[in-house]
Amino acid sequence: MAAIPVEHGLILAGLLFALGLLGVLVRRNIIFMLLSIEIMLNAAGLAFVVAGSRWQQPDGQVMFIFILAMAAAEVSVGLALAMQTYHILKTLDSDAAGRMKG
Amino acid sequence: MHLLWLVPAAPFAGFLLLALLGGRLSHVAVAAIGVGSVGLSMLAAVLTGCSFIIAPPQSHAYVQVLWTWMDVAGFRPEIAFYLDALSLIMVLVITFVGFLIHMYSAGFMRDEEGYSRFFAYMNLFVGSMLTLVLADNLLLLYLGWEGVGICSYLLIGFWYKDKANGYAARKAFVVTRVGDTAFALALFLLFSNLGTLQIQELMSRAGHQWAPGSGLAVAAAALLLGGAVGKSAQLPLQTWLPDAMAGPSPVSALIHAATMVTAGVYLIARTHVLFTLAPAVQTAVAVIGAATLLLSGFSALVQTDIKRVLAYSTISQIGYMFLALGVGAWSAAIFHFMTHAFFKALLFLAAGIVIIRLDDEHNMFKMGGLRVQLPLVFWTFLIGALSLSALPLVTAGFYSKDLILWDVWSSKEGSPWLWAAGLAGALLTSLYSFRMVFLTFFGEAKTGVSGKTGILMSVPIVILAFLSLTGGFVQLPLTGFLSSALPQVQTVGRGVAGESVLKIITAMVSVAGIVFAWFLYLRSPGYVRTLSETLPGALMRRLWLAGWGFDWIYDTFIVRPFVWAAKVNKDDFIDLIYLGVIWASSGLNRFLALTQSGKLRWYAAGIAMGAVVTLGFVVFS
Repeated sequence: MAAIPVEHGLILAGLLFALGLLGVLVRRNIIFMLLSIEIMLNAAGLAFVVAGSRWQQPDGQVMFIFILAMAAAEVSVGLALAMQTYHILKTLDSDAAGRMKG
Repeated sequence: MHLLWLVPAAPFAGFLLLALLGGRLSHVAVAAIGVGSVGLSMLAAVLTGCSFIIAPPQSHAYVQVLWTWMDVAGFRPEIAFYLDALSLIMVLVITFVGFLIHMYSAGFMRDEEGYSRFFAYMNLFVGSMLTLVLADNLLLLYLGWEGVGICSYLLIGFWYKDKANGYAARKAFVVTRVGDTAFALALFLLFSNLGTLQIQELMSRAGHQWAPGSGLAVAAAALLLGGAVGKSAQLPLQTWLPDAMAGPSPVSALIHAATMVTAGVYLIARTHVLFTLAPAVQTAVAVIGAATLLLSGFSALVQTDIKRVLAYSTISQIGYMFLALGVGAWSAAIFHFMTHAFFKALLFLAAGIVIIRLDDEHNMFKMGGLRVQLPLVFWTFLIGALSLSALPLVTAGFYSKDLILWDVWSSKEGSPWLWAAGLAGALLTSLYSFRMVFLTFFGEAKTGVSGKTGILMSVPIVILAFLSLTGGFVQLPLTGFLSSALPQVQTVGRGVAGESVLKIITAMVSVAGIVFAWFLYLRSPGYVRTLSETLPGALMRRLWLAGWGFDWIYDTFIVRPFVWAAKVNKDDFIDLIYLGVIWASSGLNRFLALTQSGKLRWYAAGIAMGAVVTLGFVVFS
């Protein structure tokens, strides 16, 4: 199996991260913002895995498992917040939650 | 001599008692405490003085250290009293005249509101004045100096319900403050250059370290002179004293004639070493004295308020003392201080009786003929006026003034010009004194007298009248006694035989002044009236009446510009800086508040941008 060059993996991770960030910034729906954050997390995880495979160390994969666990926790809290937002505001538009303005 | 501490302590104790309990005590008790404390002080002073004279200490001075005031980095002033011939004379005069005036006040102030307040202030004054003359270091002297200043303020404004009295008090306080500031600067200068404020140590160090005429010596002496000029109402800070007459007559007698205003004379005599080291300043002292005695003599000549005549006369007589100091005749100045304390206190007290018996009438032109109605006051006042105009041989004033004039003539620092000024001043003195006597006591009666003069008021004036006649006979013992503390006047050979000629000239001038006054104000008053109706005469009269317009000058060039500047700067330019800070930070606050948009995605973008910038900084630097 030909080794994938580390640069390719990192560029892919960077692209994924940028896409995720773009999603967070342009989407107004909270659910989609959560999805985008997940993509950013996975981009970071991918960078760890690539780095782990570059130096032939298990640490990268260990970090990815940590990130997965954290992402699960984050999603549960995030979805709970999204539900509360919908309860109160009757919408999932994040811009509607601007009561703390100024 | 161990009783020395009691001399200032007794009046202070009286002050404390009266200040704390005064309101609850009866009039008799208040008078007993007020007069008694000064009497006790006088007894202590007399006992101390007797033992000092009988068994003089080795070094001609007795020092009593009570405690250390403070001890800060080599600065170690003590509460200590220094008794030598000079301070002993001062203490004796202050306590004795002070006691008589307190006794007089007990009668004079009987029907006034604030009887105990009056005696509390007076006792505080006497205590401060004694601290001033007994102080062993300049800082303690300064404490007394400020103490008498505040008492002067409080007592000038004693009848505070009248607004004018309050203004007069404030004026006295502010004008003397100018001098006090100079004095304080002198203390800083002396301490930073000579490292001590203990007077004797200071004088010996100054003598060793400073060359005659050196810049530091001149600066120190000039600043001390500034202090003395303010306190002693000499040119150009004399304007407060005539207005200070707003206070009760005993106050004028005690503070503004006999004691406090001579504090400047004492200060210069006490620090005479510095003045000897600065000949230019010493000449300035003489010139200031001569100019002051002439200018205020002219002003006294046209006043209508009897107390203002006496005030200008006081300025003029202190001018004589300054003249004497300026030519190095230290003991002549102190001698004149003593005789002046007697006869000027007498004149003020007698004038006080006249004023109170005429229901608060100050205008001499509304008096007249009081010779018959108030014989005792007339005779004592006449003796005071004779002593003031230096009637030859029988009055105290003659001996001291003659001594000053002779010293001015013969001293190394003296000059015929200064002597001529002094002589002209002598003529003016007898002229205005007897103008006052003739207007008040001769002629026809214009106002009826009321009330009675109590024994408390007549005894002091009789005693002072006696002293005004006989006080001059101690000239030789006094100057001999003072020679242990003050150097003799250094004479040049202008001829000793001239002394008797000069004495005769002085005597003739003073008698001529009296005759002149009799002619001008009693025999044919028409001349003066005609003279004052011509244009130059009227202008001169107005100028003199206003004290040569010094008030006007100060008002125009200092007070009004200052008030104007204060008005312009009501909102304080400096505040603009702080207003700018406030404005900038609230602007920044408004700008930053815009970023709190409530839009989650903007926050996310902010975080992302921040991360990018931080990473970029870390990676590329």
